[in-house]
Amino acid sequence: MSLLAEPLIQRMLIVGVLVGMAAPVMGTYLVQRRMALLGDGIGHVALAGVAAGWLAGAAFDLAQQDALAIPGAVVFAIIGAVVIERMRSRGTAADIVMAILFYGGIASGVLLIGLAGGSNANLLGYLFGSISTVTWGDVWMSVGLAALILVVGLGLRAALFSVTHDQEFARSTGLPVDALNMVVAVLAAVTITVAMRVVGVLLVSALMIVPVAIAQQLTRSFSRTMHLAMGIGAVLTLTGIWITVFQDIQPGSLIVVLGVALYVVVAVVTSLLKRVRR
Amino acid sequence: MRSAVSDPSSTPDVPSPLVEARDVRVALQGTEILHGVSMTARPGEVVALLGGNGSGKSTFVRSVVGAVPTTGGSIDLFGAPASPQSRARLGYVPQRITAAGGVSATAIEVVTSGLLGSRERDGRVGSRLRGLVPPRDARARARAALDSMGVEDLAKRDVSRLSGGQQQRVLIARALVRHPRLLILDEPMAGVDLQSQVAFAHTLGHLKEEGVGIVVVLHELGALARHIDRAVVLEQGCVTYDGVPPKDLGVHALPGHDHEHPHTDPAPRDGSSLGLEGP
Repeated sequence: MSLLAEPLIQRMLIVGVLVGMAAPVMGTYLVQRRMALLGDGIGHVALAGVAAGWLAGAAFDLAQQDALAIPGAVVFAIIGAVVIERMRSRGTAADIVMAILFYGGIASGVLLIGLAGGSNANLLGYLFGSISTVTWGDVWMSVGLAALILVVGLGLRAALFSVTHDQEFARSTGLPVDALNMVVAVLAAVTITVAMRVVGVLLVSALMIVPVAIAQQLTRSFSRTMHLAMGIGAVLTLTGIWITVFQDIQPGSLIVVLGVALYVVVAVVTSLLKRVRR
Repeated sequence: MRSAVSDPSSTPDVPSPLVEARDVRVALQGTEILHGVSMTARPGEVVALLGGNGSGKSTFVRSVVGAVPTTGGSIDLFGAPASPQSRARLGYVPQRITAAGGVSATAIEVVTSGLLGSRERDGRVGSRLRGLVPPRDARARARAALDSMGVEDLAKRDVSRLSGGQQQRVLIARALVRHPRLLILDEPMAGVDLQSQVAFAHTLGHLKEEGVGIVVVLHELGALARHIDRAVVLEQGCVTYDGVPPKDLGVHALPGHDHEHPHTDPAPRDGSSLGLEGP
């Protein structure tokens, strides 16, 4: 119990549970739209935003040079998400757009961090996560952004389901399809920047998608899949973070490995149960 | 264009059209698909849109429901220019290709989505903001719509695992849950088993009796033939016939006809005179 009184542990667990619950909400919509890898594309753009934030911090001669890194990531991720959504709605090949974002984001990130006088080592925390460095300021920002994701993602679930399930029908009912598509894209971008601190840019998509993939094997309802994925995401992040309190392991990679292992276990068990029932 | 009927609007007691398209033009990716299509559908009237692949049938109904923009002409719904508000009174059943997404969804979830968007209540169309969340009695209404299509027992089943006919009935229930005055269906019989075709024909007759106007895109009249009041035939984006439906459809009227044998040139009478395929 004494460990739970440690402010660092408290911060890590608060951010972990928020991210673990919020990421699968948007992940459900991305999987529904068959754009599971969108998070990777936006994550790479967010990395360029992190580096741009560093550059801005250096230009303004801020005491804490990475003070603008997360705001920079939020801005770049949202711009990237809007660009991807506009390309998608115009029928541009999604894989090509995604590839350009992958390469452009990483290359720009490395280039800008160099121009800011930093090194690639400064980017590692963002590439692989750095939850042990979160401040109370980071926690409050995470609380705010996660609340936004949960309120909008859950509150508009029926409308967002309709748009991601059958866009043509949704348009015929008078739903503001373009605006709702943009909501999904922007919230996905916000989710990625919040989750970036926990698992890093390279694994951010996994936290959005893997809990959904696990939940899908256990239920046939869209809303239940989302709720179950939120629970799985929270348990995975809390478990991963708690283990790393005692073991010197990178939390982001552990959370994702735990998720993938759970996916395999659930897949095997459900497959066996189906055979037994036959 | 040939016409086999006189203009109904000239008769005083003929009700006003639910949909009236005049000289509608649609271009997709720079290519004009519809070259001035005009048609109407009135309360209690079932209009079949017929034509071969690429004739523009689906593009036309998609323009009516607002899924594709028009580049010319006009579309009136319920006596006013088509708008999100006027579309609140129509039900749309798109082609069944979109029945399943990447995440499983139950039939009742799919049907409940039909209660979103602009919706009519007490004769008034609600605000768009209210249309973002389903009404409180959404589940009960969705169950009633599924029941009307005879698939209430499938409410909690994953839509993607249902048969083609069952999926189609769920999509029709999604349109009917809105209690539309005008129902637009795009190829509802494609890939549908005989039992579902007969059930749908029964539903169509019932809706017609209630005064619902119906526009249905078909490859052939098939099981629906006895309910069709008027046929509009499209060829290469133009209306080539608008009038009484063909009576003798031969093998093409049979449900499940698979189109695998070569067609002969149409004879100058029967359904073939309308540009439809002959036996």
